[in-house]
Amino acid sequence: MKQFISFLRKEFYHIFRDKRTMLILLAMPVILIVLFGYAITTEIKSVQVAVLDQSRDEATTRIIDRIGASEYFELYKVLDSYEEGEALFRQGKIRLLLVFPPRYASSSDAPVQLLADATDPNEATQITSYATAIISQWKMERQSEMNAVTAQSPGGNGQLSAGITPVVHLLYNPLMKGAYNFVPGVMGLILMLICALMTSVGIVKEKEIGTMEVLLVSPMKPIYIILAKAAPYLLLSLVNIITILALSYFLLDVPIAGSLTLLIAISILYALVALCLGLLISTIANTQQAAMLVSAVVLMLPVMLLSGMVFPIENMPVILQWLSNIVPAKWYIIAVKDVMIKGLSAGAIWKEVSVLAFMVVVLIVVSVKRFKIRLE
Amino acid sequence: MNVIETENLTKRFGNFTAVDHISFTVGEGEIFGFLGANGAGKTTAMRMLCGLSVPTSGEAHVAGFDVYRETESIKKHIGYMSQKFSLYGDLKVWENIRLFGGIYGLSGKQLAAKTDELLRVLSLESERNTLVDALPLGWKQKLAFSVAVLHEPRVVFLDEPTGGVDPVTRRQFWELIYQAAERGITVFVTTHYMDEAEYCNRVSIMVDGKIEALDSPQALKSTFQAKNMNEVFHALARKAKRGE
Repeated sequence: MKQFISFLRKEFYHIFRDKRTMLILLAMPVILIVLFGYAITTEIKSVQVAVLDQSRDEATTRIIDRIGASEYFELYKVLDSYEEGEALFRQGKIRLLLVFPPRYASSSDAPVQLLADATDPNEATQITSYATAIISQWKMERQSEMNAVTAQSPGGNGQLSAGITPVVHLLYNPLMKGAYNFVPGVMGLILMLICALMTSVGIVKEKEIGTMEVLLVSPMKPIYIILAKAAPYLLLSLVNIITILALSYFLLDVPIAGSLTLLIAISILYALVALCLGLLISTIANTQQAAMLVSAVVLMLPVMLLSGMVFPIENMPVILQWLSNIVPAKWYIIAVKDVMIKGLSAGAIWKEVSVLAFMVVVLIVVSVKRFKIRLE
Repeated sequence: MNVIETENLTKRFGNFTAVDHISFTVGEGEIFGFLGANGAGKTTAMRMLCGLSVPTSGEAHVAGFDVYRETESIKKHIGYMSQKFSLYGDLKVWENIRLFGGIYGLSGKQLAAKTDELLRVLSLESERNTLVDALPLGWKQKLAFSVAVLHEPRVVFLDEPTGGVDPVTRRQFWELIYQAAERGITVFVTTHYMDEAEYCNRVSIMVDGKIEALDSPQALKSTFQAKNMNEVFHALARKAKRGE
């Protein structure tokens, strides 16, 4: 035990004395959250819209007002000709064009033409659906106003609209905030980065400078060396998790619907998976650069691409969907979303927890085996 | 009393026999030079004696413990200093001492006394709080040696300890080795420098995995009718078939 404490103390000195790395590790979550929260946003905001109104009646004026008033759109210009709109698209001044046919108000279901710049297809789909929603909402309201008028008028036969009106209610994330999706993703990324990358680099560094040999010749048990290496990074990643949660709660208004304890417990489990991966990498790599490269390619890329953080897994080819199952971050992100956003309890995430626990066991067995072989 | 005993100690990697039936003994307090060209099998032999590598065949005992079954006990009774630098540069001088003292299980009181004594012997009292990285190479190596014998091991293994150090510092380093040997610590040292071989009580010279000569420097010189150890070494090493 005394051995272990002496060694653990040394690990903390290593980390605290390397001010630059320390600063990066502590500042990274803040930077990522701010970046994803404010800069890299998938939300639609203030899209420039032009309108070609061939009708110029009371109905089109009111629709245009509504479009302009919505936070998604900003009215760029009311056009006189179709060609003008094309020119604006080419210059990239607008991303959506609304074309109202002549005598729009008098015809009951005249179509509105929506033209969107589909260079970013996801965005184009979103923009058009928002615009459609605004127009149909206006139509519905007008319909019910007219119905009310006809019902009151004497002799009216109460010709009620038989249209079905869907009432859309978005669960868990009614405002469709991107933060609800990326905060769990950033947590997955940071934990993987600190636990796996820093641990593997830390162990490989000792191999590189030659102190590992001295340690292996000493009576210090290899398992203590590993535990002492891992412990400070586990602690550091906890600090980061708390930073991320605090930032997203206070700055981005992401709620923590479920139990905070449960959330931290899954984070620790996931951090253990990452630590084991780091350990495994350290048994493979012989230089710090190699360890960093392997961590970046084998760990970081899948977290970004295959975990569902950026691209939805459901849309991937089957083979990638299958591959995503071995990415720990995928399971972690699902569990975090369930607990943090949906407010589910431990019972709902048993599958994710068991997968992560299984990964820890397998990785520990493989790493310890490899660590022993390396002693030869 | 012999601290190291080997009998036909052998290590094979596949078809390659790195260490080929070596037998020798090293007595208590002896300074034993373990010489050989690069690739002669010195490091492999040393790793087996330290319990880092399991021999393929043969017998060996270090400090009375068997290298097959009692490696944990061996590790408690040996010290080790590698050719690479073996202290932590981002730790202060006293923190390095405390770390290795802790690893070898010294108590707080013992450690405090040892630390003071060590710093006094090395005249490093004023550098107690200096980061090891900031010390000159020669000081670092003297400090590394002192830390390797901090727990008073039965035997200390030095793997090319003086690489890259100037002759004056090397001389000072050897004074530390003599002091340790006087306290009864056996010193097992590999080296490239033939002037250092002259400082040893006995010297073995390995060629292609076998021990080709083993005697005091004086006796070796007269056997090979050589002026110095350098000539002895070259007379033997010339026979080597293995390259680097």
